[in-house]
Amino acid sequence: MSVITIERKILEKNDAIAAQNRERFARHELFALNIVSSPGAGKTSLLERTLERLKDRLRIAIVEGDVQTDFDARRVARYGVPVVQIVTNGGCHLEAQLVQDAIDAVDLGGIDLLVIENVGNLVCPANYDLGEALKVVVLSTTEGDDKPLKYPGIFRHASVLVINKTDLLPYVPCDLDAMKRHALDVNPALLVFETSCTTGDGLAAWCDWLAGEVARVRA
Amino acid sequence: MHEMGVAQSVLDIVRGAVPPARAADVRAVRVRIGQMAGVLPESLDFCLGAIVMDTPFRSAYLVLERVPVTCVCAGCGLRFGSDGPAFACPSCRAGRIRMVAGGELQVVDVELDDRPGGPA
Repeated sequence: MSVITIERKILEKNDAIAAQNRERFARHELFALNIVSSPGAGKTSLLERTLERLKDRLRIAIVEGDVQTDFDARRVARYGVPVVQIVTNGGCHLEAQLVQDAIDAVDLGGIDLLVIENVGNLVCPANYDLGEALKVVVLSTTEGDDKPLKYPGIFRHASVLVINKTDLLPYVPCDLDAMKRHALDVNPALLVFETSCTTGDGLAAWCDWLAGEVARVRA
Repeated sequence: MHEMGVAQSVLDIVRGAVPPARAADVRAVRVRIGQMAGVLPESLDFCLGAIVMDTPFRSAYLVLERVPVTCVCAGCGLRFGSDGPAFACPSCRAGRIRMVAGGELQVVDVELDDRPGGPA
């Protein structure tokens, strides 16, 4: 038996393409977000409410990732922003190459903010850098307060946590303080927002933060 | 279930490192997986076995090197292991915790059968 030493990162190819994406975003001075959550937590609803509030202040483009259908792209296209739909055909996460192909269709020089909505999945997207400035994890009150401890990877890789569906708190057995505590135990640096896309609660704070981040990149 | 993609990347890396004439001699593919890498070893083993089947690398098999989580407390500098999802410093309970090991996902090396004519 002989041995060939390799010592290479398995995801190095993805990381290299993500670095190219990041470099492109920097060149165009745009802020790129990677939004991750389990299916049904409210990523697209959060995006719709965000577009309502920010589309006249910021130039925004969206990349939608889904296993099947272009339902989400059609939902956000109603706000008159450029949208590219990626259908992964079973793939459980977006990879940097898919995003690179998608943004070829976007006029990056003409936007301030690119939002990449990942495939609904709290596990796999954690491992795949897409070139974003930061990951936002959306967690809804109906999912239960123990999720940060059950899926720590994504909470560790994220910079921002949006706790959505706060309007349902009276009806679900979710301890909001415990949810936040669990998330911060996993990642003490997480910035936490609480939103309801139904009542609009908390959306102003989220949008103000987002606009501030975009302004910082373009300053 | 992103192990299939990970298995494909493993095979691509092995293919790039082994001279084509030696592909059929590849046996153990040693992969280092951190406890927090988010990859299920059994599933990766299954996926790699499935995708090498119709390639010259069909005799390759996965050998795992698991890496436990090691953390360092930015507050007091203590190094400690952690099995749970939440990291708290067992000494000072405060400060920011940095994970210094446990996130690995690497191809370490491959072992080749050097006997002429392949396996006996």
